[in-house]
Amino acid sequence: MIESLTMAKAINAGLHAAMSADDKVLLMGEDIGTLGGVFRVTEGLKNAFGENRVLDTPLAESGIVGTAIGLAMRGYRPVCEIQFDGFIFPGFDQITTQLAKMTARHEGLLQMPVVIRVPYGGHIGAIEHHSESPEAYFAHTPGLRLVSPATAQDGFTMIQQAIASNDPVLFFEPKSRYWQKGEVDREATAAPLHASRVIRTGSDATVIGHGAMIATLLQAAEIAAEEGTSLEVIDLRSLSPIDYGPIVESAQKTGRVVVAHEAPGNASIGSELAATITERAFYSLQAPVLRVTGYDVPYPPAKIEAVFLPDADRVLDAVDRVLAY
Amino acid sequence: MAHEDSELLPGETPVRFLDQDGRALDETRYPMPPLSELQAAYRALVVARRINEQCSALVRQGRLAVYPSSHGQEACEVAAALPLAERDWLFPTYRDAVAVIGRGVPPAEAMVLLQGDWHSGYDPREHGVAPQATPLATQLLHAAGFAHAAKLRGEDTVVVAMCGDGATSEGDFHEALNLAAVFGLAVVFLVQNNGFAISVPLSRQTAAASLAHKAIGYGMPGVRVDGNDAAALLAVMHAAVDRARAGGGPTLVEAHTYRIQAHTNADDDTRYRDRAEVQEWVARDPLIRLRSYLRVCDALSAAAEDEITAEAEAVAAELRDALQAEHVPDPEDLFRHVYAERTPRLEEQWAMLADELARDAESEHAESEHAEHEEAR
Ligand SMILES: Cc1ncc(C[n+]2csc(CCOP(=O)(O)OP(=O)(O)O)c2C)c(N)n1
Ligand SMILES: [Mg+2]
Repeated sequence: MIESLTMAKAINAGLHAAMSADDKVLLMGEDIGTLGGVFRVTEGLKNAFGENRVLDTPLAESGIVGTAIGLAMRGYRPVCEIQFDGFIFPGFDQITTQLAKMTARHEGLLQMPVVIRVPYGGHIGAIEHHSESPEAYFAHTPGLRLVSPATAQDGFTMIQQAIASNDPVLFFEPKSRYWQKGEVDREATAAPLHASRVIRTGSDATVIGHGAMIATLLQAAEIAAEEGTSLEVIDLRSLSPIDYGPIVESAQKTGRVVVAHEAPGNASIGSELAATITERAFYSLQAPVLRVTGYDVPYPPAKIEAVFLPDADRVLDAVDRVLAY
Repeated sequence: MAHEDSELLPGETPVRFLDQDGRALDETRYPMPPLSELQAAYRALVVARRINEQCSALVRQGRLAVYPSSHGQEACEVAAALPLAERDWLFPTYRDAVAVIGRGVPPAEAMVLLQGDWHSGYDPREHGVAPQATPLATQLLHAAGFAHAAKLRGEDTVVVAMCGDGATSEGDFHEALNLAAVFGLAVVFLVQNNGFAISVPLSRQTAAASLAHKAIGYGMPGVRVDGNDAAALLAVMHAAVDRARAGGGPTLVEAHTYRIQAHTNADDDTRYRDRAEVQEWVARDPLIRLRSYLRVCDALSAAAEDEITAEAEAVAAELRDALQAEHVPDPEDLFRHVYAERTPRLEEQWAMLADELARDAESEHAESEHAEHEEAR
């Protein structure tokens, strides 16, 4: 059966399914129980599974992640919610020095099936610390997996796959897409969690992104098509590890690549993509890989976030530049 | 500094001077503040309430991005600012715009953050007010460091550091209190316990008898005070400020109060609390309590009330005027103060953006000319 669900509802349905399938799955976070989370992603789950499996924790991100590690040591599969991207940092120490390394440190004797859900990104007109894209900090940390759904279907399936993973997964939810509806087929066979995917085929240039950026890239591809330029669009889905198969193949086909994300460009996911694509497809490239990113400045106040966030025009400018080489 | 336990533990009941009808209670732990100060506090309370109402209205009109109201908590906001000398400093949160204004920050500047124009709109040095903090409890450590600087400089500056009940669960809260106590710093930690951290009740933040009980663990006194009784708050805050100024070190003050509005305009509090509970607290309104007392004391004439109302209306008008203006921040500001000096990379990025904005403006111009042209035909 195919349903039309918002991304928030789709992730909610995925959580519900994972909790039904395995009673060791439990949710923890701030305001996730009675309130259902500030974005309502966990709505109804406390009623369905009880307060021992949907924990409204004390207000402490280090506490949430640190205790999730202890729970994981004893066989639980905690799914932590960080309320907003900008508030993950009190938990940064536990995530990067403990969660990420625990398995390697104990030569595989301890597994860390912990998921950390992070609503991330801009476009919501909020005050500071509510619109950030901190992916790169975590991608830089060995031992962590990072994924980000762009559609309701991926929200539904990927959250379940993330929970099933025996490694820690940071699950970046594009909060500006929470209210967008999309088709969800609960029976659909899922692509692997870390597979990147061509979501629109094209021949002149490749544009790559993840999360909320996908809508912008598709919009850019529409406009380009009207102007006679054919763009191939790739949804990364996974930021660490990155599945380079479809990416390199596309780069070899089009010879021109633009990568886009909201996060600042310095030492970013885009930098990593540009470097690796250059290494692996050098002889096919007709132009340097260009990055379209947020500027290397603190996230702007609401009234001017629009000049910071890459839009279709900015992507198309970069496409023009790679085509001009 | 060694202390007797009994000096550090909070009393069995919160400090309270006034009952809800404004009758003076038999409170012997602190001296009642002088009437003149209570009159000043009442004036500030009325202005505070008006600011809260005005800002909530401005959110509904789309003039503010968000407003975390301190409606019902105004006595705490007033008592945070009033006992401070000009040279002292306040470290507020997102909920404390009223205390910020109470320190003399012009209302329009205090609203810059919530309006989405910039991350802070006032000069902290001019008013002795740190920027309003959003990441919970981070500002408490800054406050301790600021007080440490005063100590190193041989100054008698006092710092009031504010946070909510939920924020007391963050690691930074514990680190700040511990550091302040270890170094004997002049910080008064004022926790507004309004019962909730968004939807999460106090029982999920602590298993202690009260938040003030945490103080003894750090070796500083903890005081519980009725957060809707301006007289009690002022008495307690004065004592803590005086103690800090005299070199006696930090104090943790827990004010029992209640958030009458939802967490912010974006929150739906009907999901997690009873209307009856809210109504109970509406009946404990801090304004009514102090007003009744002043009336009983014959210390609030009708003329004075008119004057106070007029002052509150003037502040509200100032807020409305400031927020009517369609101010758009300058995009170049994004690049200006990231570093003491702009880096070449930021120069480049600004040049790219400036070029893009110029092209946008040009095509907009061309479009409107075209439209005019069409109209003329
Ligand atoms: C480190 C951090 N985590 C989460 C948040 C999101 N958040 C904003 S306010 C709030 C509740 C705070 O409650 P409390 O400290 O009691 O203050 P109140 O809002 O009641 O004044 C939360 C969870 C945040 N601002 N900072
Ligand atoms: Mg609170």
